[in-house]
Amino acid sequence: MRKDLNLELYRKMYLIRSAEENIRKVYCEDEMKTPMHMSMGVEAIVVGVCHALNDADQIFTTYRSHAGFLAKTGEVEEFFSEMYSKDTSSLKGKGGSMHLCLPEKGFMGTSAIVSAHISVAVGCAWANKINKNDRVVVVFFGDGAVDEGAFWESMNIASLMQIPVIFVCEDNELAVHTGVRERRGYDSIARIIEKFHCRVLESDSTDVEEIHNLVSRAIAGVRNKPQPYFMNFKYYRYLEHVGINFDFDAGYRSKSEFDKWFKNDPVLLQRSKLLKDGCKEAKIIKIENGISEKIVSAITNAKNAKLSGRDELYKGVFQ
Amino acid sequence: MRVITYCDALREAMVQEMERDEKIFVYGIGVPDHKAIFGSTTGIIERFGEKRCFDTPLSEDAMTGFGLGAALNGMRPIHIHIRIDFMLLAFNQIANMLSSCNYSSCGKLKVPMVIRGIIGRGWGQGFQHSKSMYSTFAHIPGVKVVLPTTAYDAKGLLISAIRDDNPVIFIEHRWLYWQKEEVPEKPYTIPFGKGNILRKGTDITIVATSWMNVEAVFAADILAKSGVNVEIVDPRTIVPLDEDLIVASVEKTGRCIVVDNDWEFCGFSAEAAARISARCFGKLKAPVRRIGFAPTPCPTARHLENEFYPNAKNIVRAVEDMLGVKPVSLEGIEFYSHEKRFKGPF
Repeated sequence: MRKDLNLELYRKMYLIRSAEENIRKVYCEDEMKTPMHMSMGVEAIVVGVCHALNDADQIFTTYRSHAGFLAKTGEVEEFFSEMYSKDTSSLKGKGGSMHLCLPEKGFMGTSAIVSAHISVAVGCAWANKINKNDRVVVVFFGDGAVDEGAFWESMNIASLMQIPVIFVCEDNELAVHTGVRERRGYDSIARIIEKFHCRVLESDSTDVEEIHNLVSRAIAGVRNKPQPYFMNFKYYRYLEHVGINFDFDAGYRSKSEFDKWFKNDPVLLQRSKLLKDGCKEAKIIKIENGISEKIVSAITNAKNAKLSGRDELYKGVFQ
Repeated sequence: MRVITYCDALREAMVQEMERDEKIFVYGIGVPDHKAIFGSTTGIIERFGEKRCFDTPLSEDAMTGFGLGAALNGMRPIHIHIRIDFMLLAFNQIANMLSSCNYSSCGKLKVPMVIRGIIGRGWGQGFQHSKSMYSTFAHIPGVKVVLPTTAYDAKGLLISAIRDDNPVIFIEHRWLYWQKEEVPEKPYTIPFGKGNILRKGTDITIVATSWMNVEAVFAADILAKSGVNVEIVDPRTIVPLDEDLIVASVEKTGRCIVVDNDWEFCGFSAEAAARISARCFGKLKAPVRRIGFAPTPCPTARHLENEFYPNAKNIVRAVEDMLGVKPVSLEGIEFYSHEKRFKGPF
């Protein structure tokens, strides 16, 4: 059981990491004309949370959405066809990397305005509560969003109305390039949230299994009794705010910090755990190769597909 | 047929629709309190309960996003702001989220949400309780903007707004709440993008919005005594806009004044004048004129406010000037009746 779970968690994280490694390879061709906000480093949080959800549950993410999209939907073809703005994408290129959306798979959408999607998730979750459909909603955001008034308004509303929404703060202590010392008049987000009628958990683990277990228990509680939950997970953003490169030469953070976190890289950590727990390396490699082939094939298909029609411009302003 | 007020027409529209569709709910600051948004939500909480009619924290921004989220999961929210000025706290949600949801998802995320906002005026409402804002909302593709003038329109347009699968900003002038008219008891809809000829005429077209239609009708009555026949076109919805109705009227009269319940600069009057000028160029006997608020924040003092807002008198004089008609004596005519009627606090 545990082995199967760990393999599944690894599979999802490897898919995300590999998809982004491939983006890093082909982005210089300038065919993906969309600003890339890369997820690298956050995989354990997103997969740990999403794997604890049912298909019918719903998530919202930020513009840094690759991990959330792939973890919730697994739709690699859709993902790459949208990156290339192709006709084969259900969004026809209107979303791009920042605005992926696949509501039929529970990926409700994103916002590139920091914190603007949080209240939307709260409303979505309220409707689920009213409709008694047992769904939970997860909203991912960075710690920068906590600086916004809209976050606190949403937290208050969810606590007041006891709404089954899970706030997941992907806390990398960076808002673009601005660190917490320049942004916070307090020490701990979690200590403040505890004062609300909202449950709180915190972790700085990069172990996907650990995160998944924490979240699974929490979500079971939310399903049992509709209520908000705030989860603060620390992680380290590997790449620049937007783009596919490292930026340790920019001066706002150091390579040594990255080295420290990379020792516990979530994907590699999970791989060594699998080996330690007796999974054959050949089996892991086979899984990895299968995923890589799927990604390469999705990229090839996306490249070969035709662009969405020019008439798409005027379509869909209204229902 | 029975006669009811604009305010009662709004309430009746909501009640009848809420009876028809249990997904509809109404919420906002003060919505279920004893004042009940000037009476426009009276009795709704008693009838439908607190799950479908509720007060909110003073969080206009998040409560707008909340409505959007609920709409994405099949609910049909009606969010009310007792002053449209407060809606500016929700502008991010309207401009960045609601307006683009349908487009960016290729129609997968539909947003059947109504936002009612009330324009204030008089008794010192001042610069933060009196804005109109509709041009600003209309500027953004993806939201519909509705401005009912009459009680009949208030009911029919609100029902259309509630049934629409898109975000609709529904803007009511506080002073229109007392307008009375025959209004059918049964539910009915008025299609968006269909203007209304409030008065037929041949000499000049007045395109007026919201409260300014009341001023325009008052002015037209005065002008009729001098033999001037004014045609008044109320567009009723500015997104979508019934451009053809306006153009047909101006082609007939050859003259047009746009009287807008707003500032002129970059406002609806500018948009309307540009469109009329482009489409009626060869048929215009004079350039299109505009009448709007003074280009200042709205003052609170009554005597300054009376300078700030245009009224029927300004319309009469503008029409006479445009037609080259001798100015009629306006002595003894009361132009500020509503200012006297409306005694605070809201």
